[in-house]
Amino acid sequence: MTTKVRSEKEAHVIEVRQLKMRYGTVDVLKDVNFSVRRGEVLALLGPNGAGKTTTIEILEGFRISSGGEAFVLGISPKEADESWRAQLGIVMQSWRDHPKWKVHELLDHLGRYYEPYSTATRFRPMDAGELIEKVGLQEQANQKISSLSGGQRRRLDVAIGLIGNPEVLFLDEPTTGFDPQARRDFHEVIRRLSKLEDTTILLTTHDLHEAEKLSDRILILADGRIVANGSAEQLAEQVAGTSEVRWMVNNERFQREVPDAPLFVQQLFEEHGAAVTDLEVRKASLEDVYIKMVQQIKNNGRLDNKLANFEGETE
Amino acid sequence: MNPVLHAAKLGVLRGWIEFKQMLKNPQEFGFNIIMTIVFLVVLYFQRNKTIEGNDMALAMFALPSLLGMLVVFGGFMGAATTLTFEREDGTLLRAKATPNGMVSYLISRIISVTTFSMVSVIMLLMPGLFLIKGLADTSWSGWLLLLLIFIIGILATLPWGAVVGSLVKSTASSFNLTMLPLGALTAISGIFYPITSLPDWLQVIGQIFPVYWLGLGMRAALLPETAVLAEIGESWRYFEMFGVLGIWTIAGFLIVPKILRRMARKESGSTMEKRKQEMMSRGY
Repeated sequence: MTTKVRSEKEAHVIEVRQLKMRYGTVDVLKDVNFSVRRGEVLALLGPNGAGKTTTIEILEGFRISSGGEAFVLGISPKEADESWRAQLGIVMQSWRDHPKWKVHELLDHLGRYYEPYSTATRFRPMDAGELIEKVGLQEQANQKISSLSGGQRRRLDVAIGLIGNPEVLFLDEPTTGFDPQARRDFHEVIRRLSKLEDTTILLTTHDLHEAEKLSDRILILADGRIVANGSAEQLAEQVAGTSEVRWMVNNERFQREVPDAPLFVQQLFEEHGAAVTDLEVRKASLEDVYIKMVQQIKNNGRLDNKLANFEGETE
Repeated sequence: MNPVLHAAKLGVLRGWIEFKQMLKNPQEFGFNIIMTIVFLVVLYFQRNKTIEGNDMALAMFALPSLLGMLVVFGGFMGAATTLTFEREDGTLLRAKATPNGMVSYLISRIISVTTFSMVSVIMLLMPGLFLIKGLADTSWSGWLLLLLIFIIGILATLPWGAVVGSLVKSTASSFNLTMLPLGALTAISGIFYPITSLPDWLQVIGQIFPVYWLGLGMRAALLPETAVLAEIGESWRYFEMFGVLGIWTIAGFLIVPKILRRMARKESGSTMEKRKQEMMSRGY
């Protein structure tokens, strides 16, 4: 088995090839391929049940895939040891652990497990007090964890994920159940952290705006495959093919989706001239396409190839 | 720095931190406090009653027996409920996500189950010393034997609690699956009344399990020499006592690592999330 491909470590921190996952007769992951560069913030975007958590759990070493290969820091998670684990930070969907501990006390204690893994280039653990300030919990530092609000608790989870100064941080649905204010605060924290540390971040979300806000690159996972791969701008360009045109002629309302909006509008004026009023041209946004995609999966249980061709590489 | 050894030390530290947290939260003993009060009331009314064929007060017989029972409750039920509860709240997963966290987790849990049981034994023993005349005269060798019985009692029951805690799905079923059998066992283990008053076949069943032997051990430690006349064969049967408890200990420690490993391997964020959803839909 090609388990320790150390040479790839420098280029790609995470490497996933033809990853498959089958639960009983259901294929959750059919063929997932992607890689993540060092220092990159990557969002794995997809509707609920798309297999985001499964993917991230395979990479964390908590779940064994049914097929394909995955490497994190050049090592296959299913064969990894505790020194590999010490390079990772993990923030999962629901923690309710250690309610009786105080914020600083727990962070400091958990940090100590990383002491044996400190290196010259990466000092471990990080200072608990500093980290608490970075995630904005300084006022709660000596409070019991059970007294934290949902958003505060989540920020503590992120701090715990970072205490070992990880090479890779996994964030699974970090803002589920947040109110808008808590969500904005949390995004601020993640953006700040991703700039400060040389840490590769893989996060999952079903919220496109969150993916756009937080990540350098977005992967859309749908129907067990990666159907889109690029920065938010790139993806927007790729889907910009169609536009919606609305107009009125003699008080009658019209609406059409067209591939080439300027040409269509030109023809419209040639035909009707000044009779055209209330003209409105709207490019299809990434959000339109994403929502269409989610809708389609919901209705048909699978994705139509027409929508799944961002990269033009679906079979 | 050996990382495993380092984590083991952190496990001891964690055990100590959580012991202090436990002492600061008396509500955690709620169940124990109520049970202790019930026992004390029962003992109080039994203080003038004597057991058959012996002029020893029933209360004097029952108090050490109850201490033996508390050790089993602490070790067996404590380990089972802790393990299922902490699988549900993510403590176990946190340990799994931390380098060598499982080593520390297991050590700290052995410490917390032991200290919790010790506190519940002391809670009954202290007022018992005042309530029941004669107990306070126990010699130093008696106290030493009590400590020894306590330790082997924890060793014999804790791994089996961990087995149950690993196999069941929810804290509620973990509680039921330990509480009910323990209740039944207590009834046939000569805790509230000498086992010799039971039919022979029930006596045999009772003597298979640790509850009887821990009760016997505690009586041997705390009661005057003449009390031995109320026991089977008019003997404390130390050889059988340590034999049976030893077998439970060895078998438990042989089986538990395998089961714990299997359970921990299966644990992940989504299994925890699924349990949480189930719990929320059940409403408890």
